[in-house]
Amino acid sequence: MREEILKALEANGRIELAGLADKFGVPETEVANEIAAMEREGIICGYHALVNWDKVRDDHVTALIEVRVTPQKERGFDRLAKKIYQFPEVDTIALISGSYDFLVVIKGQTLRETATFVNEQLAVMDGIISTATHFVLKKYKDHGTLMNSEEREERMPVSL
Amino acid sequence: MRDPLSSKIKDIQPSGIRKFFDIVTEMKDAISLGVGEPDFDTPWRIRQEGIRSLEKGRTFYTSNAGLKELKIEISKYLSERCDLDYDYQSEILITVGGSEAIDIAFRAMLDEGDEVIIPQPSYVSYVPCCELAGGKPVVIDLKNENEFKLTPQELEEAITDRTKILLLSFPNNPTGAIMTKEELEPLVEIIKKHDIYVISDEIYSELSYKGRHYSIAAFPGMKERTLVINGFSKGFAMTGWRLGYVCGPVRIIEQMFKIHQYAIMCAPTNSQYAAMVGLRKCIPEVDKMRASYDERRRFLMKEFKKIGLPCFEPFGAFYVFPCIKEFGMSSEDFATRLLQEEKVAVVPGTAFGACGEGFLRISYAYSIEDLRVAIGRLASFIDKLRKEEDA
Repeated sequence: MREEILKALEANGRIELAGLADKFGVPETEVANEIAAMEREGIICGYHALVNWDKVRDDHVTALIEVRVTPQKERGFDRLAKKIYQFPEVDTIALISGSYDFLVVIKGQTLRETATFVNEQLAVMDGIISTATHFVLKKYKDHGTLMNSEEREERMPVSL
Repeated sequence: MRDPLSSKIKDIQPSGIRKFFDIVTEMKDAISLGVGEPDFDTPWRIRQEGIRSLEKGRTFYTSNAGLKELKIEISKYLSERCDLDYDYQSEILITVGGSEAIDIAFRAMLDEGDEVIIPQPSYVSYVPCCELAGGKPVVIDLKNENEFKLTPQELEEAITDRTKILLLSFPNNPTGAIMTKEELEPLVEIIKKHDIYVISDEIYSELSYKGRHYSIAAFPGMKERTLVINGFSKGFAMTGWRLGYVCGPVRIIEQMFKIHQYAIMCAPTNSQYAAMVGLRKCIPEVDKMRASYDERRRFLMKEFKKIGLPCFEPFGAFYVFPCIKEFGMSSEDFATRLLQEEKVAVVPGTAFGACGEGFLRISYAYSIEDLRVAIGRLASFIDKLRKEEDA
């Protein structure tokens, strides 16, 4: 049941527990308890709204920054990662296999603010060899959801 | 001028609720729970293959009976999902939707005056197709108290010396009823005893919410007297592709093949290639769609309970069939008022046979959000009716 609950929540964080409970044929409290347990265990790490900020203001950008670093003795990449993720501007950071090490996502800043952050904070940090910044031009789909859903109902209103 | 028409076609009754349909179509802002097709788009892989097959220039006829590779996939699929064993070379015919299969099955099997037992409520094409083929429909009015399943007694009582075919359509449109293996078993004895053939329309077989669908053809001794009709419209959300198939004993299939060959040539080539990918790659998506329908089904049953609208729990297709007899009006009047006063479209049960009087077909091939709004309106309509009654 856990994995089913997680999948359902991942698709819709505000799904009605009553519906889920029906699906598994268990009381609603059991689903609620299971979710609470998974929150405690750090399996469910948070709940967020998926916002299309383009429709709210037009000067915010999302930047994907490839960062190459020198791993530190004994501490590997983690220490550097921590130094980066402490910045509130950093939305996401992940260690990546391949030609660079970290992928850092900066969100909700203006172009200038993002540039300043990269130039003055990130690129100059000890252990960082280089950065390459990519700006998102248009987002089509995020977390499995279309950002501009195509409204259409082409079925005939009644059919037998 | 001479009458250009055959008397046979003039005798066929047009669907009685056309007037109601016209109102629905004209009312632009109505929420409809009236459709008989999935709300899901065809899985993307299938659509991709349809596009690719056109790009590759697969724009020619296929062999009459259909692509060999598709028939092989169907044969495998039926053996894995339904415990049916059909030889792709001689026992499977690819048709233009399940609809063509229904038509040519009757045409291949009926002589003038042969009787076909058709349990209703059921899909609208069985009676006219039977009549056009010269058969005589013998309708069984299925009962709400039996959850619209066919009972052995009802079957036995409908059989005469002229009975040739029993038509079964489970999971059922419009009631959502299913028949389990245990419920089919007593019918099998009667069918064999009276030497009757079965046309089993299993187009909703993938949409069964209480264990896997069981085909009557899977009983020992039934394969040789059963035509199984199925297709891609419902389970794979491919209604517009018009692709179905029929499986059965060689001696029937080879005669149906002749009608198909002369009247149709072959099913759409493009759809056949696309469906092949559906069977090979898209079963998980079919399973996902089923899970989603099931969720909506449970939602509706719960809402009906809250409203106090009586409805047996259906375990198949994507319809519920609530009873509205307490309001003392015809299904069509109820549906018309619901549409005009609350802008919700549902189909009167009478569209599927006279015994559908007092019932509505409500389709749940809609998102939970749409269903919630529509059921909210239905609830306030019913509330109003009950107040009218009390006044």
